[in-house]
Amino acid sequence: MVHDTDFFRRFTLNMITKHILLATSLLTLVSTANAASNIKIDGSSTVYPITEAVVEEFQKLKRGKVRLTVGISGTGGGFKKFCRGEIDIADASRPIKKSEMDACKKAGIRYVEIPVAYDALTIVIHPDNTWARHMTVAELKKMWEPSAQGKIKKWSDINPKWPDHEFKLFGAGTDSGTFEYFTEAVNGKPRASRGDYTASEDDNVLVLGVSRNKHGLGYFGYAYYAENKNKLRAVAVHNGKSFVLPSTETVEAGSYQPLARPIFIYVSAKSMARPEVKEFVHFYLDNAIQLVKEVKYVPLPASAYAMARKNFDGQKLGTAFGGKNEVGLKINEILARKAHE
Amino acid sequence: MDDTKVSEIRQMIIRHKRWDRLFALLGLCAMILGVLTLTVLFADLLIDGAHRIGVDFFTSFPSRKPESAGILSAFVGTCLVMLVTVVTAVPLGVAAAVYLEEYAPRNWMTDLIEINVSNLAGVPSIIYGLLALGLFVYALDFGQSILSAGLTLALLILPMVIVATRESIRAVPGSIREAAYAVGATKWQTVSSHVLPYSTGGILTGVIIGLARAIGETAPIITIGALTFIAFLPPAPIMAEAPFISFEWLFAPFTVMPIQMFNWLSRPEEAFQSNAAAAGVILIAMTLAMNALAIWLRYRYRKRIKW
Repeated sequence: MVHDTDFFRRFTLNMITKHILLATSLLTLVSTANAASNIKIDGSSTVYPITEAVVEEFQKLKRGKVRLTVGISGTGGGFKKFCRGEIDIADASRPIKKSEMDACKKAGIRYVEIPVAYDALTIVIHPDNTWARHMTVAELKKMWEPSAQGKIKKWSDINPKWPDHEFKLFGAGTDSGTFEYFTEAVNGKPRASRGDYTASEDDNVLVLGVSRNKHGLGYFGYAYYAENKNKLRAVAVHNGKSFVLPSTETVEAGSYQPLARPIFIYVSAKSMARPEVKEFVHFYLDNAIQLVKEVKYVPLPASAYAMARKNFDGQKLGTAFGGKNEVGLKINEILARKAHE
Repeated sequence: MDDTKVSEIRQMIIRHKRWDRLFALLGLCAMILGVLTLTVLFADLLIDGAHRIGVDFFTSFPSRKPESAGILSAFVGTCLVMLVTVVTAVPLGVAAAVYLEEYAPRNWMTDLIEINVSNLAGVPSIIYGLLALGLFVYALDFGQSILSAGLTLALLILPMVIVATRESIRAVPGSIREAAYAVGATKWQTVSSHVLPYSTGGILTGVIIGLARAIGETAPIITIGALTFIAFLPPAPIMAEAPFISFEWLFAPFTVMPIQMFNWLSRPEEAFQSNAAAAGVILIAMTLAMNALAIWLRYRYRKRIKW
C-alpha cells in the first residue's frame, strides 16, 4: 500500500481549496473589471504596420504610462467594433461605408476621419516576364473582370502580341480593403472580380506564388513588393497619359493612378476628449512622414498632415466620402471637403 | 507424418514468417516517416530561427524592427492563460470524472452524459471560441482578457481531462474500494485517500497532454479577440501594499505565442520569418517540456503504488 497517504490527502484538499478560492475571487473581481485606461486600436492589416510603428514609439516616449493595443480584424471587422464603442481608433484601408455609417449613427458613435498615408496597389509579374511590363487599365480589366472567368486564360487573349500561354493569377482575399479598391479601380465596381484565381489574405503567399511562376501575375500593397524587389517585377500602369511604375515619387506626385489610394484612421469623438488619445493622434500625425517611410509606405505631403491635424483639433466630425469609395482623388481635396455623418 | 507433409508445413511457416517480417518492415517505415517529417520540420525551424534565440528575444516586446522584436508579451500571455486553464480545468474535470465513475447511478441519463463528454473531445476548437465569445466576452463581460482565454481553453481540454481521469480511476482495482468499505470508510474517504491518489499519475498525464494541445491553439483565441501588438505586461499579481495579491491581471488584454508567430509570418520583411521560426522552436520546446514532465510524473506516481 501507499506509505504517505497524508501527502495525497493534503494534495486533494489543496485542489479543493484552490477551486473555492478561485470561485470567490472571480465573484469579487467581476465588479472591478476594466479599470485601467488603455487606448484600443483595431482594424485593417494594411494600416497595421504604420499604426504599430507609431504605437511602439509613442509607448517608448510615455514609458508605459499609456497602454496601447493594436489588433488586426480587417477594415470591416474594425468598423464593427468601432461602431459598438469597443475601440477608440479604427484602422481602415478604405473610407467608411454607408452601412457602417448607419451603424455608428445608431449607436451614437461620432468620429473624425484622418488620412495617414498612401498605399500603392502594385501589379507584379515574374522577373523573366518580358512582355507584360507595361499594361493599361483596360488590359487589366480584360484580365480581371467577372466575365473573364473561364474564358480569358492566355496572355494572347489580352494582347495578340503576347505569348500563347496560360497565365496564373494571384490576388487579395475578398475580405480585404485591397480587394475592394482594386476591383473598383480596375473593373469599375467594388467587389466585382473573376473568381478563378488564387486568393489569399496573407500577401506572402501571393509573393511566393508569383515569384515561382513565370506566367504569374498578382496584386498587393506596395510594401510587399518593396521587400521582394529581387524576386518580382512591378508592372508600369497607364494613367491616361503615360505608363508609370509605382514608387514613392510617383505616388507623391499623384501620377501613379488609379492604383494609389489613401489609407485612414478613424478616431471616436468620445475618446478624443481623453488627453492621452489626443496626444497619441498628434504624435501620429507629427511623426507620420518618417515612420510611414520606414515601414515602406508612401507618406502624404506635409501640408496634408497639417490639415488633418487642424481637422482633428477642430473636431470635423464625419467622413468626406459619404459612404462610398472614390478612385483617384487628391489628398488635399479630400481633407478640404465637407464632412458627412 | 510423412516427409511431404512436414515440408508443406515448413513452407507454410516460412510464408507466414515472411509476412511477419514484411509487416514489421512496413511498421518501421511508417514510424520513420512520421518521426522523420517531424525532425526535418523541427530542424528547419531551428536552422531558420536559432540565431534569434537569446536572452533579448525573451525580454523584448514586439517591434516593427525584426532584429529588436521579442516574445516577452506573448510568452507571459501564454503562461498566464495556461495557468488559468489549469486552475479551472483540473478541479472541474477531476470532480466530474469522480462523480461519473464513483457516484453516478447507472441509468440512461448518465449514459447520455458519458456519450456527450466523449463527443465534446472531438468538437473543433473554433466552436469553443464562438461559444466563449458569446458567453465569457459579452454575456459575463469578462472582455477580451486573459480570464476569457483561459476559461475557453479550459473548456477545450475539459473532455480530455475527464476521459483521462475516468480511465485511470477505472484502473484502480475494485478490491481496494471493497477493502476500504470493509473497514468502515465512507465513499468520500475511499475516493480521497485511495482512488484519487492511485490515479494521480494518469490524471496528471491527461491534464498535461491537454495543456500541450491548448498551448498551440490559435483559432479560439483569435475568435475571442486576442491582440497582435501589445507592448506591456499585465499588472503584477503580487503588490507591495495591502491586500498584496491582485487579480487585475485576469482582465488584462494579452497575446499568445501562436498569434505572435502568425503575425510575424505575414510580414513583408524576410527577417521576421526567422523570428517566427524562433518563436516556433520555443513553442515546440514548451510542448516537449510539458510532455516530458507528464512522463516523469507518471513514473514517479507509479513507483508509489505498491499493489
